[in-house]
Amino acid sequence: MNNILLQSSIQVIPINWYILLSAALFTIGALGVMFRRNAIIIFMCIELMLNAVNLLLVAFSSFHSDAAGQVFVFFIMAVAAAEVAVGLAILTMIYRNVKSIDIDLLGNLKN
Amino acid sequence: MLLNIPLTQYLFYFLSFVALLCGLMVVFSKNPVHSVLYLVLTFFAIAGHYILLNAQFLAIVHIVVYAGAIMVLFLFVIMLLNLNHDSEPHKNMLLKGAAVLAGGLLLMVLTGSLKGAETLAMHQPLNTQVGLIKNLGTVLFKDFLFPFEISSILLLGAMVGAVMIGKKEIK
Repeated sequence: MNNILLQSSIQVIPINWYILLSAALFTIGALGVMFRRNAIIIFMCIELMLNAVNLLLVAFSSFHSDAAGQVFVFFIMAVAAAEVAVGLAILTMIYRNVKSIDIDLLGNLKN
Repeated sequence: MLLNIPLTQYLFYFLSFVALLCGLMVVFSKNPVHSVLYLVLTFFAIAGHYILLNAQFLAIVHIVVYAGAIMVLFLFVIMLLNLNHDSEPHKNMLLKGAAVLAGGLLLMVLTGSLKGAETLAMHQPLNTQVGLIKNLGTVLFKDFLFPFEISSILLLGAMVGAVMIGKKEIK
């Protein structure tokens, strides 16, 4: 396997760079959740946070040559797909009733 | 071999740059459709990272599931609800500043906790076959068979729930 074009990046990139990249992606996702009012954008930012965690799991799995981490990522993808399907159905229902998906208008549950 | 090492590093930096830039554009672009397209770009960059990490199967699944299915679902909902214009009233500047400050502090804490960490020893010899379908399938159907079956029930429940929530009220 030495004649492959590229080395595995885990051999030349320290694991700390992957942790930093994942932390930055996670922070961007968290920033988006706090920054925006559009519920769909907030959903997308949650996807971004899930992907940051997935990237870190794959990096550690490759680092330790352990396949279990990649299987976890597989399950996280399945759960994310289910979550998006149900969440978008809820959003369309909310839009049908409130005619908006601005989260500041959705405080009805509070009072 | 000496020539190949920098190429991997350049690819890592390039993909990281693309992922972070497109991630920021997801948050800051006004039009929701543009946000979705930037998020697709971010997912492609992450899939490139997976390939660099020798997780080829996950890279393909990631592109198919995220860029192929989930993002199309997002685009579909945005078009269905006719939100493809920047009509969103923004939060006031105080809340925005607080959000940016909190995000920066979170990043600072995460990187600060990394500073004192010991560098881990890599598993030797490195097994480059971990991410291939054969190996992953063996692990999935031997060690993780029960969670795999449970996840099928979860997907079925999610499908039924989405249809139940999404359909109009029957009088």
